[in-house]
Amino acid sequence: MAAPSAALTARPTPVRISRNVRMGILAMLWVVAFYALIGPQQVANALTLGAIYALIALGYTMVYGIIELINFAHGDVFMIGAFVAMFLTTNVLGIHGSINDPIRLTVTLVIVFAVTMTATSILGVAIERLAYRPLRHAPRLAPLITAIGVSFILQNVALFLFGPASVNTPQLINPGLHLDLLGASVAYVNIFIFVLAIVLMFALNLFVGRTRLGRAMRSTAQDPQASQLMGVDLNQTIAVTFLIGSALAGAAGVIQGIYLGSAKWDFGFNGGLKAFTAAVLGGIGNTTGAALGGFIIGFLEVAAASKGYGRWSEAIVFSVLIAVLIFRPAGLFGQQIGERA
Amino acid sequence: MNAGVGARNARQRRGGDVRDTIREFAEQHRSTSIIVAMAVIAAVLPVLAAVPPFSLFQPHNAWVDGFANAGTYVLLAVGLNIVVGLAGLLDLGYAAFFAFGAYAYAYGASPFSHNDLPFLPLLLVGAAVAATFGVILGAPTLRLRGDYLAIVTFGFGEIVPIVFLNAEQYTNGTNGIGGVYQPTIPLLDRLPDSFQFSFTNPWPFYVLMIFILTIVMIFAYRLQDSRLGRAWMAIREDELAAASSGVNTVTTKLLAFALGASTAGLAGVFNAAKLTVVSPDQFLFAVSFTVLAMIVLGGMGNIWGVAVGAFVISTIQQTLLKQLDIVFHQLGIPILKDVNFLSYQFLLYGVALVLMMLLRPEGLFPSGRRRRELHSAEDSAGEALVVDPAAPTGGLV
Repeated sequence: MAAPSAALTARPTPVRISRNVRMGILAMLWVVAFYALIGPQQVANALTLGAIYALIALGYTMVYGIIELINFAHGDVFMIGAFVAMFLTTNVLGIHGSINDPIRLTVTLVIVFAVTMTATSILGVAIERLAYRPLRHAPRLAPLITAIGVSFILQNVALFLFGPASVNTPQLINPGLHLDLLGASVAYVNIFIFVLAIVLMFALNLFVGRTRLGRAMRSTAQDPQASQLMGVDLNQTIAVTFLIGSALAGAAGVIQGIYLGSAKWDFGFNGGLKAFTAAVLGGIGNTTGAALGGFIIGFLEVAAASKGYGRWSEAIVFSVLIAVLIFRPAGLFGQQIGERA
Repeated sequence: MNAGVGARNARQRRGGDVRDTIREFAEQHRSTSIIVAMAVIAAVLPVLAAVPPFSLFQPHNAWVDGFANAGTYVLLAVGLNIVVGLAGLLDLGYAAFFAFGAYAYAYGASPFSHNDLPFLPLLLVGAAVAATFGVILGAPTLRLRGDYLAIVTFGFGEIVPIVFLNAEQYTNGTNGIGGVYQPTIPLLDRLPDSFQFSFTNPWPFYVLMIFILTIVMIFAYRLQDSRLGRAWMAIREDELAAASSGVNTVTTKLLAFALGASTAGLAGVFNAAKLTVVSPDQFLFAVSFTVLAMIVLGGMGNIWGVAVGAFVISTIQQTLLKQLDIVFHQLGIPILKDVNFLSYQFLLYGVALVLMMLLRPEGLFPSGRRRRELHSAEDSAGEALVVDPAAPTGGLV
C-alpha cells in the first residue's frame, strides 16, 4: 500500500476549504438524520458523548499523524485524567457534590481543568520520552507492543491506587438543572461539555494552523526528515504533540467525571478504543475528521442504546471500525495532516 | 562494551563443540529431536515438582495440573508465534480463535447441545473451525498495513466475546456452557481408573497435552524451515521485496493466519475439555495480551523460546503469585498481606513488555535472524543522514 508522494496529493488551498465545508454539511445531515431517528433528547446525549470521544480521538490522530504510532496508552491517559480530577475535587478541594454558586463553580472548574490537563500532559510527555522515543528507529512492532505494555501499566497503577470498584466523582455542575432547547430538556452540564469541547477543538485548530509549532507539526507529519533539515526540532515537536493530545485527553477525563459521576480503572481502554475508531473513521491524521468521527461514534452508540441494542453497542462500534478499515482505510474524510496512509 | 562482547564470544567458543553436535543432530533429525526433547521434558517436570523447593509450594497433583494448564498457553504461544513471530503480523485478537475452538468442543460434547461426540475428532474440528474464522477475518484484512491489521484483529477479538455473551439462545450468555464432557479416548477407557480423565486426576490431561504439543511443535518446527516458513520471514522483513521475489503475499499471510488460528483452536478444545466450562469471559483481551507477552519475553520467532516463555509465565502466574498471596496473608505483613498479587499480574506483564522492548527487543531466547533484524535499525541509525541525538546508537548489544 505505497502511498502517493505528498507532492502528488497536495492540493491548492481552496480545495481544502471546500472539503471542510463538505464535511460540515455531512455532519449537519448526520445530526438531522439522527434527530429524526432517535429524537431531540437523545441527540443531546449523543452530542455530549461524541464530544468526549472527539477530544480523545484528537490525541490519537495527532500522534499517529506525526509518528505513525497507535498510542494504545492514550485511552488510559484519559482514565488517569478522570482520577486526577476526582482526587483533586474530593480529597484536595474537599468538594463532594454539585456547586450552585456560579462564581465558585467557575473557579473550581478552572482549577480542576488546569491542574488535570497539566498532570496528564506531563504524563503523556513522560510516556513519550521514556517508552516511545528510544524506539523511534526500531521496527514498527516494537513501539506498538510497548504502547500496549504502558496501557496495562497505567490501568494497574489506577487499580492499585483506587481499587477495582468504580469511584464516585462529584458532579460539579448540578445535573438537575435543565434548559428547554429545540424540544428537548437539555441539562446545563451537557451544554457546557459540548461548548467546551468545541472551544478546545477550535483552539487546537488555530494552534495547528497558525502557530510556528503547529506548522512544525504539520511539516513533521508530511516528512520528518525533510522538516528536520528545514530546522524543525523533531524531539520538541513530537513532545508538543504528546503534550497537547494528553492535555485534551485530560480534559475529556474531567468531563467524563463531571458527566457520569464515576471513574473506573478500566474504562480508559474501551473508551480509548472507541475514540481510536473515531480517529480512523475521520481519516487518521486528520484533526477535523477525528472530531467529526467522535460525534459519529457518539451518535451510533446512543442510537444503539435507545433502540434497545445497548449490549451490542461495542460490537457495532468495532464492526464499523473493521468495515471502515477494509473499505475506506483513509477514513470517511480522507487525510489532512498525514499524507502517508 | 567491547570487553563484554569479547567475553561472550569466548563463552560461545568454549561451549561450541557440544552445541555444534547437538545442533547438527537437531538439523538432520528435526522430528526425532523434538520427540526426544518433549519426552525428556515430560519426564523431568513431574520429578522436578516432587523435590524441594518446588514440592513445598503445593501438592504434586496440583503441579501436574498446573503443567497441563501451562501447556494450553504453550500451545497458544507456539500458534501466535507463527503469526507474529514468523510472519510479522501483529494479531491482537488471538483469544477469539481460542474461543472458537472451545465453543466448537462445547457444541460437540455437552448436555447443552445434546451431543456427545468423541474427543479426538472434535480436536480436529475445533482446529478447523478456528482456521476457517482465521481465513474469514484474514481474507479481507490482510492487505492492510501492520498497525491497521493489529487494530482490525483487536476489534475482532473484542466482538467475538460480545457475540458469545449476547447470543444467549445459542451460547447460554454470561454463564456459558457448563458440564462439558471430559475427553474420552477409545481403548483408554478399558484401562484402570488412574488412566481416566477426571477432576482429581490431572495425569491423563498432562500426557494428552504432551502428545498434542509434540505434534504441533513438529509441525511448527518443520514449517519454519520450509519454503512457506522462509516466505513468512521474507514478508516479515520486507513485504515489498518478498512480493518482488515471487512470494504470493496474500496466500502466504492467509496461511499464517489460518495455521496460527488452528493451533489456538486446538488449545481451545483442550481447555474446554479440561475446565468443562466455556464462558465468554475466558476469552477477553487479557488472554491475547498474556500470550503476546509470553512470546515477546520468550523471543519472537524462536519456537523453543516462546514455548519456554509461555511455560514460565503461566507457571509463575498459576503457582508463584497464588502462593505469594497465601504466604503474605499468613505472615500478616501489613500492606503486603492485602495485596492480591494475582490481580497485578498484568502490571508485571506491562512492565516486562516495556522493559523488554527497550532493553532486549528480541526476547530472552531469540532466533538469530530476528535479533539481527531488531538491532539493524540501531546500527544504521548511527550512519543515517539525520542523526537523532536522543536515539540509542549501538548502546544495546
